[in-house]
Amino acid sequence: MNKRKIYPQWFLLLPLILYVVFFLFPSLLGVFYSFTDWGRNTAREGLHFVGLQNYIDIFTSNKNYAAGILNTLKFTLISNVVKIIPALFIAILLYEGLKKTGIYRTIFYLPSIIPFVIIGILFRSIFNFNNGLLNAALEGIGLGAFKQKWLSDLGVVWKSIYGVDAWRGIGYVMTIFLAGLSAIDKTYYEAARVDGAGFWQRLWHVTLPMMRGAIMINLVFGITYGLKVFDIIYVLTNGGPGHATEVMTTYTFQLYSSGQYGLSTAFNTLLLLLTAVVGVLIVRTMSRNEEV
Amino acid sequence: MAKKKLKRLALHAICIALCVIILTPFLLVLVNSFKTKNEAARMNLSLPTTWVFSNYAEVIDKANLVNGFLNSMLYAMVATIAGVLLSAMGSYVLSRNRTRFNNLIYYFLICGLFFPVNYVTLVRVFNWLNLTNTRIGIILVFTSAMIPFCVFTIYSFVETIPKDLDEAAVIDGAKSTGLFFHVILPLLRPTLMTCFILQFMSVWNDFLTPLYMSSKGKLFPMTMSVYQFFGKNSSYWNFVFADIMLTILPVLAVYAIGQRHIIGGMTTGSVKG
Repeated sequence: MNKRKIYPQWFLLLPLILYVVFFLFPSLLGVFYSFTDWGRNTAREGLHFVGLQNYIDIFTSNKNYAAGILNTLKFTLISNVVKIIPALFIAILLYEGLKKTGIYRTIFYLPSIIPFVIIGILFRSIFNFNNGLLNAALEGIGLGAFKQKWLSDLGVVWKSIYGVDAWRGIGYVMTIFLAGLSAIDKTYYEAARVDGAGFWQRLWHVTLPMMRGAIMINLVFGITYGLKVFDIIYVLTNGGPGHATEVMTTYTFQLYSSGQYGLSTAFNTLLLLLTAVVGVLIVRTMSRNEEV
Repeated sequence: MAKKKLKRLALHAICIALCVIILTPFLLVLVNSFKTKNEAARMNLSLPTTWVFSNYAEVIDKANLVNGFLNSMLYAMVATIAGVLLSAMGSYVLSRNRTRFNNLIYYFLICGLFFPVNYVTLVRVFNWLNLTNTRIGIILVFTSAMIPFCVFTIYSFVETIPKDLDEAAVIDGAKSTGLFFHVILPLLRPTLMTCFILQFMSVWNDFLTPLYMSSKGKLFPMTMSVYQFFGKNSSYWNFVFADIMLTILPVLAVYAIGQRHIIGGMTTGSVKG
């Protein structure tokens, strides 16, 4: 039978057009504009090519934009480590140790359906130095010495962000691990048990290899989320104190707001490059898996 | 046996502790949304001395929440229905007719899972298309942004539907569009529900798109209204908390109704590795 007739190619038309016009084209246009001085005054003064000037500015200016890039990478790495490892162990404990876990799963997943904006506002209350719940709780249990200026102390602010991010995200990561665990054939565990394998041996030789798919999904979502993180930082600290917690997307927005569109798109282009590298690596592994 | 029981008890204790950590902030919002301004400013978990139910009525009025709610509803409903349906049509053809070209298109679309949206140039594109500060423009951005994820999810589900069905339907005289809309689409329901629920919530929760794409208050969805209200009234925690309650209630409702679709469907086909 003629496949083209049964499966009409025009079904692809609308999704492709939308994807190209509102998603891909703006990104490519951004690459073009990143080599120009596009800004608030362009309408009056015209658009000029400036070569690599925007990129040179990002890496050499005294505004410390480069630190924003480092922060993005740091956030991507640490926020994923603090979510994925605990989530993996919680998922295994739940799956192996308890029969009825429905209510726990429901509650653990709950924070990840709440808008980041709300979570940001909520934790600005909890982190409040004088009245916030966290400091009050520490004082209440006699640990008043550990009270912190959670969002304005340079040494603590990143830890607060990772904490909030983990509070929101661990349940989500765990849910994917649980789905992966339930897809593992139980006979593997029985065989391992017969062979006298302990918890760590089972984890290393059965669970982790069998959960490749779930781990992959968590890494893909986690890494792309980390590189593109905006809301939580914008609402919690807005890049502060000073510029200590700026990331690439907060700079993109700031430069957009101040009318330096060329520089702003240069930031976005760098982010595009970073995600493209990650994406190509992942898509290649995916398509290789398919061939096997 | 006793050891096993002890272990289970310890596990429950860990889980309950985690639940307390997760639920306490929600409780904080709930109790403080019923307090007076001065009492709410202390931001603790004690019950209100007098229950001020009028906080809600007042904040609905002050924060322009009806408008925000209608916008959020419109964006999330229309963008998600359009996005899921278009993605279903696309991934069906891509999955069934795997020509070299179509495989290329598939990976081309999947790239969107990783790339960031460039809002700065998107504003420019909006200018050219006369979509600046329009609801339809915002909806189109949401729809476009969800296409990669939906295609990725639906594509692998289409594979589980036997191809014999298509041939049988065609032999019975079904047209190609009829085959898709009357035979395939109903079978895709579980994965469409998953996509719909996840994307509905993500549009509802989105903050970045309206932040760039709408400069007019009347286009703001609830997330933007809350943020604006918080910016202007950050000492009125009673109102802020009431505002938060009203903003998260709709997503909580969707979660309660659609929970099994999320947890069951989020990973279909992709965790098998």
